[in-house]
Amino acid sequence: MLEILDPILLARIQFAFTISFHIVFPAFTIGLASFLAVTEWRWLRTGNEVYRDVYKFWVKIFAVAFGMGVVSGVVMSYQFGTNWSVFSDRIANVLGPLLGFEVLTAFFLEASFLGIMLFGWGRVSKNMHFVATCIVAGGTLMSAFWILSANSWMQTPQGFEIAADGRLMPTDWLEIIFNPSFPYRFLHMVTAAYLTTAFVVGGVGAFYLWNKRHIPQARIMLGMAAIMAALVAPSQLLIGHEHGKNTMEYQPAKVAAMEGNWDHTTNAPLYLFGWPDQKAQETKFGITVPSGASWVLTGKADGAIPNLKSFKLEDRPPVAWVFWSFRVMVGLGMLMILIGAVSAVQYFRGKLFESRWLHGWWMLMMPSGFIALLAGWFVTEIGRQPWTAYSIIRTAESVSPAILGPQVAWSLLAFVVMYTFVFGAGSYYILKLIGKGIPAANDKEQYYGHGIESSVIESAAPQGGKNV
Amino acid sequence: MFDFSNIIDLPLIWGVLIATAIFLYVLLDGFDLGIGIIFPFAPSDKCRDRMMNSIAPFWDGNETWLVLGGGGLFAAFPLAYSILMPAFYMPIIMMLLGLILRGVAFEFRFKASDKSRHIWDKAFHFGSLSAAFCQGMILGAFVQGVEVDTRNFSGGPFDWATGFSLMTGIAVVFGYALLGSTWLVMKTEDVTMEWSRRVASYVLGFVGIFMALVSIAMPLMNDQIQKFWFSTPNIFFLLPIPLLTAGLFGLIWYDLHHKKAEYRPFLASIGVFLMGYIGLGISIFPWLIPFKYTIWDAAASGPGLSLMLVGVVPLLPLILGYTGYCYYIFRGKTSHEHMY
Repeated sequence: MLEILDPILLARIQFAFTISFHIVFPAFTIGLASFLAVTEWRWLRTGNEVYRDVYKFWVKIFAVAFGMGVVSGVVMSYQFGTNWSVFSDRIANVLGPLLGFEVLTAFFLEASFLGIMLFGWGRVSKNMHFVATCIVAGGTLMSAFWILSANSWMQTPQGFEIAADGRLMPTDWLEIIFNPSFPYRFLHMVTAAYLTTAFVVGGVGAFYLWNKRHIPQARIMLGMAAIMAALVAPSQLLIGHEHGKNTMEYQPAKVAAMEGNWDHTTNAPLYLFGWPDQKAQETKFGITVPSGASWVLTGKADGAIPNLKSFKLEDRPPVAWVFWSFRVMVGLGMLMILIGAVSAVQYFRGKLFESRWLHGWWMLMMPSGFIALLAGWFVTEIGRQPWTAYSIIRTAESVSPAILGPQVAWSLLAFVVMYTFVFGAGSYYILKLIGKGIPAANDKEQYYGHGIESSVIESAAPQGGKNV
Repeated sequence: MFDFSNIIDLPLIWGVLIATAIFLYVLLDGFDLGIGIIFPFAPSDKCRDRMMNSIAPFWDGNETWLVLGGGGLFAAFPLAYSILMPAFYMPIIMMLLGLILRGVAFEFRFKASDKSRHIWDKAFHFGSLSAAFCQGMILGAFVQGVEVDTRNFSGGPFDWATGFSLMTGIAVVFGYALLGSTWLVMKTEDVTMEWSRRVASYVLGFVGIFMALVSIAMPLMNDQIQKFWFSTPNIFFLLPIPLLTAGLFGLIWYDLHHKKAEYRPFLASIGVFLMGYIGLGISIFPWLIPFKYTIWDAAASGPGLSLMLVGVVPLLPLILGYTGYCYYIFRGKTSHEHMY
């Protein structure tokens, strides 16, 4: 019975599960930290207290999301070793320094100054507090830099040689860090993080406008989010497009899977819908734009694009996952562009803050960034299969040999139970904070106390009131 | 590609750096986890609020040292990382789950309603307790050594569970409780401080017993360690370690009972940990996978260690500097910290 527990598949599911849960939070906090830095800057510059309200409201949500990002992130730094020890041993000489620099240049910065950002009101000057916010925001970006460099290296490895015992030895650090897919992936991810946050912030703003609460603060939230959506969502399409062309050059099998293209070398159709069948080696039920994929990727209808059948069976990624994740991501991206454009039009008509139907759309779009982000990572990570380091180390040879199916099965189960419980609670508290809203003027000061406050006192006077 | 391998002993330097990172983790998260361990025994909810507030601004930074310990081991000693992580699979996963519960409790506890707050009190306590216990077990199992087949762990899933590792697990729980309670003596006042003093003096005895047990067991388990400690002239050079430890125990006891000092018990507890850590470290040196691979066998290649060294030399002092700054910002007694 226990033999059916395939340790490789289970280890992959465990990694996918824990990293997917994790990435949601950093993506949100990367965007939110920058958003907070901007609002605090606006407050310091203009003295407009509405910006302060917005800051203090979102910083509480930031704290919850950041905490969950930290605890789920610690798991990741150990999982390479627990479940992928052969991979770790073979690539550590190349990737180790990148992850080491992530901790040294980013993780400590964020973690230390977060304390001042959350609890430092009244202990440091306003300007110092702003500096702390900027440091945290800069730290999140720095962290993204190193992590995406390491991930991109796994996609497009270079700057190393393989020693006699199979271990990889670095030969050029700049080639390793600035590997071919890194600039595209970094830009794509940071932009995705900003968009994700924009749609959450905008959705909350729209929610308050819809309910006629906190109108001045809500206008700032929706207004800033609309600017992001209108300007950044179309840019993301361009960045993603360039990223795709880069992938076509370095990971052709992934692009073939994204397009569901088994046979065509030129004039490949663009599938709007279809069902890639890995066994039958064809994409069924296709609704296509003739020569569309060739045109999008090369600019010419008869442009050459990679096809799956030119790769050996054992070198092909799971096509349906990549194909469908890609469509979810692009579809949501298009929706974001549309919402951004409509919001811009409404803004210039002077109706952005009055259009209830548009606010409804913004509310519906709140989770869109998270879904698109995960879908995008599914495309790139599943598209890299069957390799951990593309065309160098196979996933099957990367796992820890001593960790057998039953062990991974129980740890996976434990992670699922724990993450569901903890992150379910976290999401609930974030929603509760949103529902509770921005406190009225008279109980602001207590509200700003954040964690350093007495739960006893707070619960005795939940709506504020005089504090001891 | 620069490589300092020929000029300096990179593995040795990195061994010292990683050992220092792990020690800083043990100290810094030690008092956090210790507070979680003694949390449910506090006399009132108000005390518990203060206990938690006293570490709320720091815990995140403190836990980062664990990431540096794990990430640093991966980067500097990949062979050790890829053998030890699978070897301690279960305790590591349990420790991580414990740290998740403990970490989220900080934020959730203050956001929870009265009815559900007890859930996060328990999460905080049991998360801290299991993280501490697992760390102790990992330490014990590490000292005993693991089965290795060339470059991979080759033992069974429960090899780490031994009588010795059980004992070190309990030892670390009491050790952290000592750090946590003396931290509270320093950072709180009135009822909370008085209670912490009593807790500290209670756990102090257990810490002493377990340190003695481990010190006796280590040389008994391994001839090399026995020879190292009890041969002349080593014994004369090494004698200060147990003597200093005994002195520190006396100082903590005196401070808690007579002098009513507030800062010194915590500092002396750090001293106790330092002595224990040094004792363990020199017993095991130069083994990184006792008694199979030394730090030189397990080290990463020269270019990587060199690059990271170039990074660490300016960054580590900077990190210590701003960590210190953050502690300075939140100096003084917690109960004075009415932020509202």
